[in-house]
Amino acid sequence: MKKLLTGNEAIARGAYEAGCLVAAAYPGTPSTEILENISQYDEIYSEWSTNEKVALEVAAGASIAGARALVSMKHVGLNVAADPLFTIAYEGVNGGLVIVTADEPGMHSSQNEQDNRLFAPHAKVAMVEPSDSQECKDFIKHAFEISETYDTPVIFRVTTRVCHSKGVVELGEREEVGIREYVKDPKKYIMVPANSKVKHIEMETERIPRLREYSNNSPLNRIEWNDRKIGIITSGACYLHAKEVFGDTVSYLKIGFSWPLPDKLIKEFAQGVDKLYVIEENEPYMEQFIKAMGIECIGKEIFSACGEINPQIIREKILGEKVESPYKLDIEVASRPPALCAGCPHRGIFYALSRHKNKVVVTSDIGCYTLGAMPPLGMGDTVICMGAGITAGIGFDKVNKMADRNKKVFGFVGDSTFFHSGITGLVDAVYNQSNMVVVILDNRITAMTGHQENPGTGKNIKGIEAPQIDIEAIVKAIGVKEENIRVIDPYKMEENISAVKDALAATEPFVIITKQPCALIKEVQRRRAGLYCQVNQDKCKKCKTCLRIGCPAISMKDNVVSIDTAQCNGCQVCLQVCPFDAIEFFGEEVM
Amino acid sequence: MAKSLLLVGVGGQGIILVSKILSEGLLEEGYDVKMSEIHGMAQRGGSVTTQIKFGDKVYSPTINIGEADVLVSFEKLEAVRYISQLKKGGTLIVNEEEMWPLPVLAGLEKYPEGIMEELKAKVENVISINARTIAEELGEPRSQNIVMLGLIVKALGLENIDWVSKIKKFLPERVHEVNIKAFERGLNS
Repeated sequence: MKKLLTGNEAIARGAYEAGCLVAAAYPGTPSTEILENISQYDEIYSEWSTNEKVALEVAAGASIAGARALVSMKHVGLNVAADPLFTIAYEGVNGGLVIVTADEPGMHSSQNEQDNRLFAPHAKVAMVEPSDSQECKDFIKHAFEISETYDTPVIFRVTTRVCHSKGVVELGEREEVGIREYVKDPKKYIMVPANSKVKHIEMETERIPRLREYSNNSPLNRIEWNDRKIGIITSGACYLHAKEVFGDTVSYLKIGFSWPLPDKLIKEFAQGVDKLYVIEENEPYMEQFIKAMGIECIGKEIFSACGEINPQIIREKILGEKVESPYKLDIEVASRPPALCAGCPHRGIFYALSRHKNKVVVTSDIGCYTLGAMPPLGMGDTVICMGAGITAGIGFDKVNKMADRNKKVFGFVGDSTFFHSGITGLVDAVYNQSNMVVVILDNRITAMTGHQENPGTGKNIKGIEAPQIDIEAIVKAIGVKEENIRVIDPYKMEENISAVKDALAATEPFVIITKQPCALIKEVQRRRAGLYCQVNQDKCKKCKTCLRIGCPAISMKDNVVSIDTAQCNGCQVCLQVCPFDAIEFFGEEVM
Repeated sequence: MAKSLLLVGVGGQGIILVSKILSEGLLEEGYDVKMSEIHGMAQRGGSVTTQIKFGDKVYSPTINIGEADVLVSFEKLEAVRYISQLKKGGTLIVNEEEMWPLPVLAGLEKYPEGIMEELKAKVENVISINARTIAEELGEPRSQNIVMLGLIVKALGLENIDWVSKIKKFLPERVHEVNIKAFERGLNS
């Protein structure tokens, strides 16, 4: 049967067909849908883990216990999971272990565009790279087999264009491979120095040479001989882009098994062509390997290390064909950045804090609330990575004091981010007596990645009831004093304003927890569908205060302020900030 | 030779749904199909694009400058933003919907005037529609995207594919009737 699947859906299908039994992940674009799709198969135990390190460790444990296990994450997630990665590489596997990393050349929804292929030689872990949805499904099966045959975890590297592109996939049946016997083996699974030393030597002298041999003979690496004037070595989505430009007029070495790279195959291919190009996004990963072999090739001399590659770039760089748009319009295009939604529960606290903008520094984090940094709210000084909303704040606060800046640091994290890597930061803040304020925006969902459950939502990945972890109880248990904790409803401006005021005056670690579910949660949308605000034009003085909360439902056209009632969910933040009581609330909540 | 269709608009307008329906129909018709979408942060009111290519054999899922046979814009400012992707002589389908981005709402930037006039003056083949009016007449403003689907099907001459079954497959039952009407209005506009 043929089906149109995204790369992510195909990876999930591949895991199912390959007899995978355990799958874990933390959501992150462009990887999120892999686990969402796997969770629909009852044959596979799946979970949203608290972070990527946890996810990889869950999968590693399952592998050692004898099951085929898969873990998926976005590229930066592998940084979090790097600790277990480098050591499980020594230990190897029992049931196959596949680690999917979804990289983001072009950074459509990420904070950097690191090239995770470099993790493979660094951690000495085999790597597989599919180009399209069919390969995503087929290569997952190969990856599990490679993992078990060579006793190694396998990195499965995809990119946004592979994850989020749909292509035709021929489906197969699930093959039950069962659970392998677990035999206690401390030399293999207890990595103390004496054992690790042996394992490292084993990797270098046995596993890696065997993998290199496999690479040279793998069906995943193949030469397509055509005209030999130009030869192209490429992998992943770049293979598709190159095929679109050159079709069957040039020769290709398509790399699908990319660590260790196939040295003999590369040599054979290079000798067979007049001019050799390497087409790869971001780092010169293959190019450096090829050049180190003493083979001449053209790569990053013409292709940028920044952003995605596409057929047009290849045409321009190799064929010298530059395309210009046939249309020149005489219109200046306004930008359209993402924004906090109408009714977003994050807006109220950001607005309350923005009233003190000269007295505060805001260390923000990864999530929808990153958008609080956008104008007109402008509430953000730093964004680094998951958890840094708290921890960067600790360091910033210490230096503020040294420099007598008299500025209060407010660190923002969401509920899911708090569980991911915020808790350790808060422990640090309390232990090291930071004077910062931590704001935990609890909107009962992992929102930015498209609404995944998390330990605070009371449901698991399958939507089944699960224990609900109490954020406030954790904050108290860490040692934040009761008098320094405010739990507020961020739709109520009085509560926002008073919490911010108390926080500004605090001399000890202070925590504000805002509780209001994301406006886009289906149940919330249903409940609030009939609620809206409207501007009473007789009372409106056009003072524009309501425009400063940055709500996409409020506009001022032709000197008339109005609210788009279709977008509005009646959160009433605008109503409360209006100095002239010109905004009125209508409708009733549906229970 | 593969045909390429670029759909652009604002997060929340239902562009990805239309792309899914289109891709599914094209696959059933026997084409090789690739569809690529960029979302993530775009969901939050940002600019969204999906790219559909179909033909005997499609390799790359991306559409680049001057390559789209058809550019469909669900909002008129987005048509201006992505016009460079349209092929010379290609067709522009544009919904006259006007959605102000946040920097405009906040008074930091201006929503340009005269977009439709400029598009009609500089692009040879423009099909414009006010999908909101039609959707509101049908009593379901959110069916604007399916009105657009009808228009796309007509512009591509793909009326022979069974689109109604695809609409039914991807939408909940309670909105089937109104969306089938929306599709027909787009098709016959």
